[in-house]
Amino acid sequence: MTLTPEDIVAIWLSLKVALTATALALPFGFALAWLIVFKKFRGKVALEVLVNLPLTLPPVVIGFFLLLLLGKNGWIGKVLDASGIPIIFTWKAAVIASATVGFPLLVRSIRLGMESIDQQLIEASRSLGAAWYDTLATIILPLSMRGIMAGSSLMFARSLGEFGATIIVAGNIPGITQTIPLAIYDYASSPSSVTMALSLCLVSVLISVVVLVVHELLGKKLDRRSAL
Amino acid sequence: MNLRIDAEKKQGSFLLQVNAEVSGERIGIFGPSGSGKSTLMHLISGLLQPDRGEIYLNNECLFSSAKGVNRSPERRRIAIVFQQAMLFPHLSVKANLLYGYRRCRTENRRIRPDTLINLLKLQPLLQRGVENLSGGEKQRVALGRAILANPRLLLMDEPLSALDDALRFQIIPYLRSVSEEFRIPYLFISHSMTEMQLMTDHILEIENGRCIDETTPDQLARKRMAQSPKGYLNLLSLAAPVKQHGLFAYQWGKNTLLVSDGKEVGEALFELSSREIILFKKHPEAISARNLFECTVAEMFESEGRVGIVLSVEGEKLVAEIVRSAAEELMISVGSTLFAAIKASSFRKLA
Repeated sequence: MTLTPEDIVAIWLSLKVALTATALALPFGFALAWLIVFKKFRGKVALEVLVNLPLTLPPVVIGFFLLLLLGKNGWIGKVLDASGIPIIFTWKAAVIASATVGFPLLVRSIRLGMESIDQQLIEASRSLGAAWYDTLATIILPLSMRGIMAGSSLMFARSLGEFGATIIVAGNIPGITQTIPLAIYDYASSPSSVTMALSLCLVSVLISVVVLVVHELLGKKLDRRSAL
Repeated sequence: MNLRIDAEKKQGSFLLQVNAEVSGERIGIFGPSGSGKSTLMHLISGLLQPDRGEIYLNNECLFSSAKGVNRSPERRRIAIVFQQAMLFPHLSVKANLLYGYRRCRTENRRIRPDTLINLLKLQPLLQRGVENLSGGEKQRVALGRAILANPRLLLMDEPLSALDDALRFQIIPYLRSVSEEFRIPYLFISHSMTEMQLMTDHILEIENGRCIDETTPDQLARKRMAQSPKGYLNLLSLAAPVKQHGLFAYQWGKNTLLVSDGKEVGEALFELSSREIILFKKHPEAISARNLFECTVAEMFESEGRVGIVLSVEGEKLVAEIVRSAAEELMISVGSTLFAAIKASSFRKLA
C-alpha cells in the first residue's frame, strides 16, 4: 500500500471537511429536532419535508442548487463575493455540501433520541422550577445524548463519503478540494492507477471502521451511565 | 390554601369544564379514569393552558384569559408527584432530590434537605443510581424531590396507583407525615375511595370533565356505598394486640376486637366492609362470629335502595349496610338498640 503526498492531503482534507461539517451542523440539528419534537407550530410538515429533502434528492441536484445559491450570481454568493469571502471551489464549499447532505441524518437521529424522552420527565422538571431553557439543558440535552452521538457519527461518516454535491460546488482540485472519494474517482478513471485507488479505498474502510467502533463504544458508555 | 378555578379546555372530543373553589390543606380530586382529573392537574400546574377561564391560588392570579395572564409552570411553585416516579434517569438519587431545591429562591427555602432525608428515610438511597431502586423507594424519592422544591401546593396525581397494596399503605404514612410536618397543602388525585378516606378532608368529584360535587370523604363513601363492590369501607387503625387463641385481640375504644389477620407489633390499619356486619334485633345467644357488640343506631342514610346504618359502639362508629326491606322488617330507626356481629376474618389488613 502506497500513498502519495497528495493522497495524504486528501485524507486530512476529508477528515477536516467531515469534522467541520458535523460540528457546524450539530447546534442547528439539535435546535431543529427540538422544534419538531416539542413545539407545535404552523408549517411543521413543510419544515420536516425541507429538512429531509436532501435525503431523497440526488446529491448532484443538491450540489447544483448550492452552486446557484453560492455562485457569483447567487443570493448568498453575491454578498460573500462583495465581502471578499470566496466559497465556491474552496474547502469551505465542500463543508457546506457535506453539511447539507448529512443534515437530515443528524436531525433524524437526534429526533429519535428526543422522542424517546418521557413527556412527564419534562413536566416534572418544569414543575420543579426549571425554565424551558433550563429543562432543555439539564434534561433534554443529556437524555438525547445517544441520539446526538449516533447522529453525529452517521453524519460524519456520510460526509466522508460525500461526492456528488462536493464535486459540483468545490470541484476536484488536488491539494485544495480533493477529498478521498474525489481522489479515488480520479485514480479509477485511469487504468494504471488501480493499486493507488485501492490504497485509498483501504484508508476509507479503515476510517469507517474506526468511526463505527467509536460510535458503538460511546453508545455502550452512555448505556452504562444511564443504567447506574 | 384557597384554589379558585373556572376553566375550559378542549382536547379532541373531550371537554373539561370546571368551575370550583376549594379551601383546605388536604383536598381530594376523585373521579373515574378519563374523567379529566389529570387534565385539571395540568391546567393548575401550568403545563397545559386553558382555552379560557381563570385560575387563582391564594388570591394570586395564575391564569386569566381575560387579563392575559399565564404564569409559566416554573414560577407557579406547584410541584407534582406523578403516578410513575419520573425520576431523572441520568441523575443520582441525591441530584434528583436537589433538582427543585437548587432552583428554589433562597428566601423560599423553608424545608432543609437533611430534615426531609431523615423523615423519608432516604439516607441509604442517596448514593444509588435511580434505576436500582424499587418501586416504593422511587416514589419516596419522587415525593422528597417535590417537597424539597418548597412548593406552595403539591399535586399528587394517583401517586399510589402503580404500587401494589402492601407498598401503597407503606407510602401513605410518608405522604401524610410530610404534609403534616412541613404544612404543605396538597391536591390528591385518585379513583380509590380508601385513599380518599385516608388522605383527604375535602373532595371535588369529577365526572365527564365536569365538577359534579363538592363533598367530604365520608359523604362520598356513603353515596357510593351501593355501587361500590365492597360497600362502605370502615377504616380502623388499631394498635398493640394481644394474642388470644390464635387471634389478635385489639383494643377498640372500650371494646375488644378479635381479628384473625393482625400484625404482631405496632399499629395496623384494617378495612371492614359495611356488608360484613350482620345486625340482630335481639341478642343471638350463640354465634360463630367472634365479635358481637351491643350498639345504638346513631344515624341512617340511603344509597340507591340500600340503607346505611351508622352504629355507635360505646362511642366508636361503624357503618353497616342492609337492604331496605331488612331495615323495615327489623324496624330500625335512629336510637334503636341492635347487636352487630363481625367475623374475625372480615377485617382486611391494609398495613
